[in-house]
Amino acid sequence: MLSTVRIAAISAAITAVAATSTAAFAQKKYDTGASDTEIKIGNIIPYSGPASAYGVIGKTEEAYFKMINDQGGINGRKVNFVTYDDAYSPPKAVEQVRKLVESDEVLLVFNPLGTPSNTAIQKYLNSKKIPQLFVATGATKWNDPKNFPWTMGWQPSYQSEAQIYAKWLMKEKPDAKVAILYQNDDFGKDYLKGTKDGFGAKAASSIIMEESYEISEPSIDSHIVKIKAANPDVLLIYTTPKFGAQTIKKTAELGWKPLQIITNVSASVGSVMQPAGFDNAQGVLSAAYAKDGADPQWASDPGMKKWSAFLDKYMPGADRTDGGYVYGYGAAQTLAKVLEMCGDDLTRANVMKQAASLKDFTPDTLLPGVKINTSATDFAPIAQLQMQRFKGQKWELFGDIISGDVPSE
Amino acid sequence: MSAAEEIVTEAAAVEAVPKRAMTLGYGTSLVVLAALILIPLFVKNFIIFQMTMLLIYALAVMALNILTGGSGQFSLGQSAFYAVGAYTSAILMEHAGMNYALTLPIAGIVCFGFGFLFGQPALRLSGVYLALATFALATAMPQLLKLGYFEHWTGGVQGLVVTKPDAPFGLPLSQDMWLYYFTLAVSIAIYVASVNLLRSRSGRAFMAIRDNEIAASAMGVDVALYKTLAFGVSAGITGVAGGLGAIAVQFVAPDGYTIQLAISLFLGMVVGGVGWLPGSIVGSAFIIFVPNIAEGISKGLSGAVFGVLLFLVIFLVPHGARQVAIVAQQLAAKLKKN
Amino acid sequence: MELFANQVLAGIATGAIYACMALAVVMIYQAIDHLNFAQGEMAMFSTFVSWQLMQWGVPYWGAFVLTVAFSFAAGIVIERLLFKPLAKAPILTNVAGFIALYAIINSVAGLIWDFTIKQYPTPFGSSPFLGSQLISTHQAGMIGITLLMLLLLFFFFRFTRVGLAMRAAASLPESARLVGINTSWMIALGWGMASAIGSIAGMMIAPVVFLEPNMMLGVLIYGFAAAVLGGLSSPFGAVMGGFLVGIFENLVGTYIPGVGNELKLPIALALIIVVLVVKPAGLFGRAIVKRV
Repeated sequence: MLSTVRIAAISAAITAVAATSTAAFAQKKYDTGASDTEIKIGNIIPYSGPASAYGVIGKTEEAYFKMINDQGGINGRKVNFVTYDDAYSPPKAVEQVRKLVESDEVLLVFNPLGTPSNTAIQKYLNSKKIPQLFVATGATKWNDPKNFPWTMGWQPSYQSEAQIYAKWLMKEKPDAKVAILYQNDDFGKDYLKGTKDGFGAKAASSIIMEESYEISEPSIDSHIVKIKAANPDVLLIYTTPKFGAQTIKKTAELGWKPLQIITNVSASVGSVMQPAGFDNAQGVLSAAYAKDGADPQWASDPGMKKWSAFLDKYMPGADRTDGGYVYGYGAAQTLAKVLEMCGDDLTRANVMKQAASLKDFTPDTLLPGVKINTSATDFAPIAQLQMQRFKGQKWELFGDIISGDVPSE
Repeated sequence: MSAAEEIVTEAAAVEAVPKRAMTLGYGTSLVVLAALILIPLFVKNFIIFQMTMLLIYALAVMALNILTGGSGQFSLGQSAFYAVGAYTSAILMEHAGMNYALTLPIAGIVCFGFGFLFGQPALRLSGVYLALATFALATAMPQLLKLGYFEHWTGGVQGLVVTKPDAPFGLPLSQDMWLYYFTLAVSIAIYVASVNLLRSRSGRAFMAIRDNEIAASAMGVDVALYKTLAFGVSAGITGVAGGLGAIAVQFVAPDGYTIQLAISLFLGMVVGGVGWLPGSIVGSAFIIFVPNIAEGISKGLSGAVFGVLLFLVIFLVPHGARQVAIVAQQLAAKLKKN
Repeated sequence: MELFANQVLAGIATGAIYACMALAVVMIYQAIDHLNFAQGEMAMFSTFVSWQLMQWGVPYWGAFVLTVAFSFAAGIVIERLLFKPLAKAPILTNVAGFIALYAIINSVAGLIWDFTIKQYPTPFGSSPFLGSQLISTHQAGMIGITLLMLLLLFFFFRFTRVGLAMRAAASLPESARLVGINTSWMIALGWGMASAIGSIAGMMIAPVVFLEPNMMLGVLIYGFAAAVLGGLSSPFGAVMGGFLVGIFENLVGTYIPGVGNELKLPIALALIIVVLVVKPAGLFGRAIVKRV
């Protein structure tokens, strides 16, 4: 008697489970790393070694997804953000990404940082058909959906930014004698190439000097002295923040006032312009796609207020002058949007499909008017920039929003 | 400032390790070998990849060990030889379409020549001066690799992507598994050759120079030849390791071969025990896994945790894994007596 | 010609950075007969301490004196806690200890003060010095401070009992112990002094290169090179070495066509090696006679 009751109960339970699961199968689809309750995301970033300054980005993203989880997750699923240290070393990057994929079994790899590390893992991830989504580097090669359909960039490419400067100069200062100071690595060389492409046939006559420096040099004073001797009237500063600040300070100390254009990477108010001295930085030009966390003009901006509230709650004590907090927030918000668009179809193919269908998406931290757009043939999410001029203690935007897509070769 | 003050008896930089003590016993060797052969059959591909890197770094650490533990010369520039080996293999594979296995001996020979030549000026330097010279080599190498003149071959700052080889003869092995066993075979061959080298006439000459250079030369050892030879052999083995590393990682770029790598290899040697060749694999495990452990303990302070762990190791066993092995041996002997 | 003069002047200005650091390198070498790879990081940490003091409202010179005192004490504490236990361990194990210390300090500084660059004040101002825009008053002040430290060190080693004892302890520890010198404490004192000199170097360098946890990475390489070039046993040689490296590097970068700019550090280091091959004890060092 007892046993028949039990059997009936069990079979009823089984039918119930079967019913719900068939219903679920109709719409829910998962790849490794996703389930009814969880989405597992992998990330690598340098937390140690000479590039550890970028670790802030990974920490911000981790905190962002903690906030998302506290708000109920994405479509009811919690995000499990697994982030590892690659020390900015390509062999370590390969090891850590393989660990993420084969041991942690993540759904996708998000925002891995640095051109060398990303180049090292690109082939592996594409052959395994795992999204390498929104990589944290501005090389043009990430926008290549034909050859690498599983890799997508995020920020504007270095080359497109450099082209904008070249085109602006040709229009506003057609007779300019241009000198370029660049860091001797993939980052600096991309800017160099973009500038030359932008000048086109006029490159040879306009660019009178290309001076490179190594990141291991403590001070770049002698390069500035050398450039000044060639007497250019425009100085393009394609450097990382420390050297950008040194350049602006040194040119002022030399009593030299060329028109200076500094890369967006080093346009931070708090960590470049202020250390270089606000007096020295007056009139410097740059281009931007995101708001600056230390710039007072965004104090009452609704998007930046949300960013600020997030920092207060999840990262107390954060140094707002560090651009990494703005960057990480914007990138994480873009991923959250894509995952939300995926709905219950959390397959890797659908993640790439949704990532390639972003239409006029605007994370809280982007400049007004700058929108994220992607398509099956356009894997460069942010492609718009606006020129800006440093005045007083902040950047003043001017001119139109310029789109600078550079197709990958 | 008397004359006496200026005469200093130079202590040997490295303490004497008798040549028998530089290797492992027969039984232990077999156990380690069996473990290295069997473990990959039961683990994930990613762990096989880690084990491949373990062997590759162990080779590089052993090469440094032959130089420092064997001939008493110190080098902080091993990353330079590793880079030359890696680029030699990568360029031959990608530009000349050569088989990966054939590129390794070439990488070894190129690096042997490079190391032998570098050993010439190094002859006149010792102690901190040699450390600085090799350190200079390590810092210069990434800059040389991205030099515009070689860009056609090296890929400049962007580096070169390398194709991973499949298992030959249609063997039913994954790429990772095949590469692991291939690396294991190469490593064992080099290890056996190195042990034999140190037991040979040349090995005795190395050690004589290490223990007392002037006495060695008085006994008729051609000090200059053997010191440069030690540099050449060390560089050659490091080059083969670099070539294997390029194949395993599938990518070479200047950023992969900075001074950090040279420092890691040096730490690997100290942790494994200077002059004790089997310790190289322990040292290699340290430099691969301890940063991962440190990161697991704290992301923000991973560097500090790594430093603390390193201090713990050198406090507990200042002579590295060799010390552990010796203690274990004595314990075993005691147990036998009882 | 004007460019040449300018590059030499700029080289002297940059060389002052290297000279400052090289003095700290020589100091520790005199005490422990070895180079300390964590020296730069210790200097960086001290500089951050002084910056923090100034943020709390301590005036510049007050912070300067407090920092030097703190660094002296910290140097001694580090030696007593971490390196005294390693005194009997092989030299290479000690080198591994330096690397561990480097990793710890760098990581802790990054956690406390972040990696963004910070402006660091100078007591000398940064207007042109004697009408030359190439050397600012700060750089002139830094050269002055370096020469002053050099003078003090010279007197310390030459004429004070402690200085003589320290030299004896480093070069002939056995004999030094026999004449009653506490060699162990001499080493600790050497660490303290090297750390204090390093902190001054850091506070002088920071206004030029900006304050951040990795500020000493490049400086230390040049400091080593300068000290080795000038001779590790000679404070005077180290300072000269610093200026020579600074000038030489600029001239290589400016005048060697093609590769000069990209390879100025390797070429400068190669030249130092050539010098060492010819004069193994450095330009101003005393030759050491080996005895069997």
